[in-house]
Amino acid sequence: MTPVSSKQYADDVSLLMVLIDTNPLFWSSTAAPLPFSKFLSQVLSFLNSILLLNQLNQVMVIATGLNSCDYIYDSSLGLTTQRVETLLQKLEEFVIKDEELNKDDSVDGIGSSLLSGSLSMALCYIQRVFRSGSLHPQPRILCMHGSQDGPGQYVAIMNSIFSAQRSMVPIDSCVIGSQHSAFLQQASYITGGVYLKPQQPDGLFQYLTTVFATDLHSRNFLQLPKPVGVDFRASCFCHKNTIDMGYICSVCLSIFCKHHKKCSTCGSAFGQPQTNVSTSNQKS
Amino acid sequence: MSNNGKRKPMNGEDDDDEEDDEENERDLEAWEKAYADERSWESLQEDESGLLRPIDNQALHHAQYRRRLRSLSSASATSRIQKGLIRYLYLVLDLSRAAGEMDLRPSRMVVVAKQVEAFIREFFDQNPLSQIGLVAIKDGVAQCLTDLGGSPESHIKALMGKLGCSGEASLQNALELVHEQLDQIPSYGHREVIILYSALSTCDPGDVMETIQKCKKSKIRCSVIGLSAELYICKYLCQETGGLYSVALDEAHLKDLILEHAPPPPAIAEFAIANLIKMGFPQRAAEGVISICSCHKEAKFGGGYICPRCKARVCELPTECSICGLTLVSSPHLARSYHHLFPVTPFDDVAPMLLPNQHRRPKSCFGCQQSLLNPGNMPIRCVTCPKCKQFFCLDCDIYIHESLHNCPGCESLKDSKSVD
Repeated sequence: MTPVSSKQYADDVSLLMVLIDTNPLFWSSTAAPLPFSKFLSQVLSFLNSILLLNQLNQVMVIATGLNSCDYIYDSSLGLTTQRVETLLQKLEEFVIKDEELNKDDSVDGIGSSLLSGSLSMALCYIQRVFRSGSLHPQPRILCMHGSQDGPGQYVAIMNSIFSAQRSMVPIDSCVIGSQHSAFLQQASYITGGVYLKPQQPDGLFQYLTTVFATDLHSRNFLQLPKPVGVDFRASCFCHKNTIDMGYICSVCLSIFCKHHKKCSTCGSAFGQPQTNVSTSNQKS
Repeated sequence: MSNNGKRKPMNGEDDDDEEDDEENERDLEAWEKAYADERSWESLQEDESGLLRPIDNQALHHAQYRRRLRSLSSASATSRIQKGLIRYLYLVLDLSRAAGEMDLRPSRMVVVAKQVEAFIREFFDQNPLSQIGLVAIKDGVAQCLTDLGGSPESHIKALMGKLGCSGEASLQNALELVHEQLDQIPSYGHREVIILYSALSTCDPGDVMETIQKCKKSKIRCSVIGLSAELYICKYLCQETGGLYSVALDEAHLKDLILEHAPPPPAIAEFAIANLIKMGFPQRAAEGVISICSCHKEAKFGGGYICPRCKARVCELPTECSICGLTLVSSPHLARSYHHLFPVTPFDDVAPMLLPNQHRRPKSCFGCQQSLLNPGNMPIRCVTCPKCKQFFCLDCDIYIHESLHNCPGCESLKDSKSVD
């Protein structure tokens, strides 16, 4: 690529990482408001329009599958003519490979895709962009998600959110499914991104271009959807109910709704000096 | 580097490039600064054949990071060591005459204050449920700059407001004060003290050994960071109480040493009694509602959080409700500490010249897609995760272990998840 003068890297150059949920159980169920093909065509038009907004804009697409995650498309590799074809081809290869990794366990309902994996990969890529020098586009992440939140991913997603907050990378969320996603609401709130659940998913392209297309600098001048009703209450480890007030184990920070004699996560007995018990290998 | 910026007049050689005759007493020209101040020749190194090349900072940085990671993980190699997550930490700053020394520019006191500010922010980022208090030693007396509290801004404001140094330093008075304050905290908290000591002596009213034994009995973990030279009394204090003693060589080293204390230290189990702490998880108050907030005692419009027990409004979290005393946190605050409990396994080095199955190595890093082959198509150094067997570049390795705390490879594999 020809060297770019610093004047061209104005405030409004952006690097958009798009994380697309390809969970086949979700897209084939009634929870999906529109078929995957229509969804893809709207997203592809959106990506094209992002690349038209500024000559130096970059787009990366990562697919969030049920059993794996992978990079699908990188706009900095050139290829302006065959863009859509290469993207679709790689996406198809990914979906086939993802399905082969299916174990025979039965999954309840629509299952949850590996959002923590694709978020981590996106953040690693963004760090690479930061390392490349002082002339770089402003990165942000857009999650197009529909599957349910997987409770086993809570710790990993929170780690990604805090890392994004420290690097000042906003995480925008566009939720296609039928229910709100508490994880993505927290992600967008903590990192300063936009959370949106479109009320008419048929018109997805319009939502994408009006809400998610603007770069970070121009967002200051727009009225974007505000966070409303973000629930920061915790759920207790014993019943998984959301609670207002609870008891926290001082050793492992597990949350309980009632007073217990012993912590079920780390085994410490409360109220007595403990012996050197190692924390158990459980994720909450 | 005690060069005070003034250049002595050069006798003998005359530089042809000199244009002014007045540089003896004035500021240095930019090209001169490269020689006088920055010592640019130090960043060159000889390689095996005797040719000069610049120091490979990336490899050095990575080697340093790997060493640190190895020393940390070897301690907890077999079993998971508990960490003290709820910490009550006192920072003791030495503001005696020795803190006015100028071997760290502009003076030791200013450099320490700057690093302490960065430390306070990092500390609350990694330990949101913990509290810090500041103590200053000045004129042989120790005084509390701030009480134990959880808001970084109030500590930093108090710190920057009072920077003047004079008098002697007294280790015993500082330890007595800290001991008295830390006696009042709940039994599940871990008590720690970090002393930033610049003086070379201590001027005590009584027997400092007795005070050290008192601290040891109260299970206070004292660490010292020295700014001048190693002192026996500091070493003894740290050994008795189980803390760390280190002496800073320059400003960058001081920063590293201070930030080493930000993550929770391995806890000695008998030091703190496990307990169930009652905490509240407030919801956000409705927008557009006017109420009087209990922290500032003035009417505020919208925002804020409502205490679930007494319904008072507070402005920010985490905090203690000033009406009913309930600790108020939000679930992300607890989640910030979870990575201490579930750390990422250190990655294994991969030898650059892999044996015959060279084709087994992927061409790019799994995390950032950077090429793992240098321009000559030779493989460069990389690392691999022992669990998911994916390959990562050195920079991703550092980022994953220091900031992200998730392995992208493990997170992208379905079977490594324990689904509830």
